[in-house]
Amino acid sequence: MSALRELYQEVILDHGKTPRNFGKPEHVTSESNGHNPLCGDTVTIYLEVKEGIVEDVGFEGRGCAISIASASMMTEVLRGKSVKEIGAMFKRFHHLVTDDDADTEGGFAGDFGGEDFEKLTVLSGVKEFPMRVKCATLAWHTMQAALKGDDQEVSTE
Amino acid sequence: MNAISAVSENTAFNVARWRADFPLLAEQVYDKPLVFLDSAASAQKPQSVIDAVSYCYEHEYANIHRGVYWLSQKSTEAYEQARVKVQGFINAASEREIVFTKGTTEAINLVASSYGGSELQAGDEIILSHLEHHANIVPWQLLRQRIGIEIKVAPIDEQGNFLLEEFEKLLSPRTRLVAITHGSNALGTIPPVDDIIRLSHARGALVLLDGAQAVVHGPVDVQALDVDFYAFSGHKLYGPSGIGVLYGKADLLKAMPPYQGGGDMIKSVTFEKTEFADIPGRFEAGTPHIAGAYGLSAAIDYVSAIGMSNIARHEQELLSYATARLQEINSLRLIGTADNKAGIVSFELDGVHAHDIGTILDREGIAVRVGHHCAQPLMERFNITGTVRASFGLYNNKADIDALVAALGAVREIFD
Ligand SMILES: Cc1ncc(COP(=O)(O)O)c(C=O)c1O
Repeated sequence: MSALRELYQEVILDHGKTPRNFGKPEHVTSESNGHNPLCGDTVTIYLEVKEGIVEDVGFEGRGCAISIASASMMTEVLRGKSVKEIGAMFKRFHHLVTDDDADTEGGFAGDFGGEDFEKLTVLSGVKEFPMRVKCATLAWHTMQAALKGDDQEVSTE
Repeated sequence: MNAISAVSENTAFNVARWRADFPLLAEQVYDKPLVFLDSAASAQKPQSVIDAVSYCYEHEYANIHRGVYWLSQKSTEAYEQARVKVQGFINAASEREIVFTKGTTEAINLVASSYGGSELQAGDEIILSHLEHHANIVPWQLLRQRIGIEIKVAPIDEQGNFLLEEFEKLLSPRTRLVAITHGSNALGTIPPVDDIIRLSHARGALVLLDGAQAVVHGPVDVQALDVDFYAFSGHKLYGPSGIGVLYGKADLLKAMPPYQGGGDMIKSVTFEKTEFADIPGRFEAGTPHIAGAYGLSAAIDYVSAIGMSNIARHEQELLSYATARLQEINSLRLIGTADNKAGIVSFELDGVHAHDIGTILDREGIAVRVGHHCAQPLMERFNITGTVRASFGLYNNKADIDALVAALGAVREIFD
């Protein structure tokens, strides 16, 4: 598969076109805005967190296929996860989109997120496109800020 | 009919020769021949410019205006000859009206800070347009913070045409300065600068033109324009980055205080008092981009040998061809179809973000700019976050545009 096809897989294009969990959920306990000044992309992440567990999640935003798909796919794997587990998943995700040995058994990233994490591995094609890594990680950074209750806008720069 | 095809064949022949002067254009990216369509961001350099910069470092390099030794004399002469070269190129009345800067951005900041800071007062008005690059917006906002001027914005229409009548309504007795682009980097629009200058002068306002794009796409004569300040960058004119020009009418420059303080801009310094140098040295504090002046001089020689009018004609031909070819694509919307345009096309593809298009074109070896083009207010005007922009230099040909159109087909294939 060419690097381009690897990047723009069906699943990604699908999430880009019809993002899941798009919109503001009913009970929001924290939210955060993210911005990529290079391309003007924006994302808002909404969370409902109860006793350290993410109960509900949604997002809104405007951006390229990669950033929208990444946000959409992220919202699909967060429900029911603990704040701590999500932090570890983010590390693993970051590794996935930036580093070649992301999939190696027993790598530093470990198995956080389990089966759910497997769904995110279609985004690994991004690592061939260093200029686009920020598109894939914007939603994750913003979600982390929302978890921390950080109301400063997240910027990729 | 015959005459026309003879001319364009001739052009094709010429372009092939010009293209061969630019070593970088022979590069391959991802094993594909490079198709470079981003000259509006920065142009590639002909061998003669590369050689001139090397010549400086290999044979004549020393600091200028300081040494008594042979080398310093040589480099000082070359630096000052470059100034004369620029004077001739834009037909300034005197080489003293040519201030070397880092580029357009610094030239505009110089005027805002020095002229604006000393001549303008709270409540004075300046007029910009909706087409401006951030470089011709932010310096004026900084000035507004400093002294409380008012900034008015001349509007454009849906095609990106500058609306002269609306502009005229903004002129008031309090208008002191009009700072407008001479060519939009994002849409290509060339505003009616002759009328803008005439109307502004009739109301007693000065005019600064941001010539970063315009100086590259056709002949510029600052005396015929009767413009008060004109700013441009070397790097878009096939010269080095890090050197640019502020033209200012001598009387205006003479009345302006220094922009930065340091070496080279003084007559004498004591701890009590410093006497500033005359123009243009007063505005050139510190060691400048010496080799850059060699390169800029060579760049001006290069485009002058081809002829700015010939370059303009060639780019207009490419613009018509590109506009027609792109309009064949159903889902494509051109942003900016003004009546008078330089060789720049900006567009959107239905349902595909500019960033994704940029990535896919890149893998086809095609370099275009995607995003807001440092003109966010303009993007907002069209309610978009960005466009794909292809811009043409003297070395581009129809095959480059065909490659772009074909690659846009590949984008559709991936996204449909
Ligand atoms: C219209 C316009 N103005 C100003 C600038 C700023 O030029 P520079 O970055 O060389 O100072 C540019 C270049 O991007 C431009 O296109």
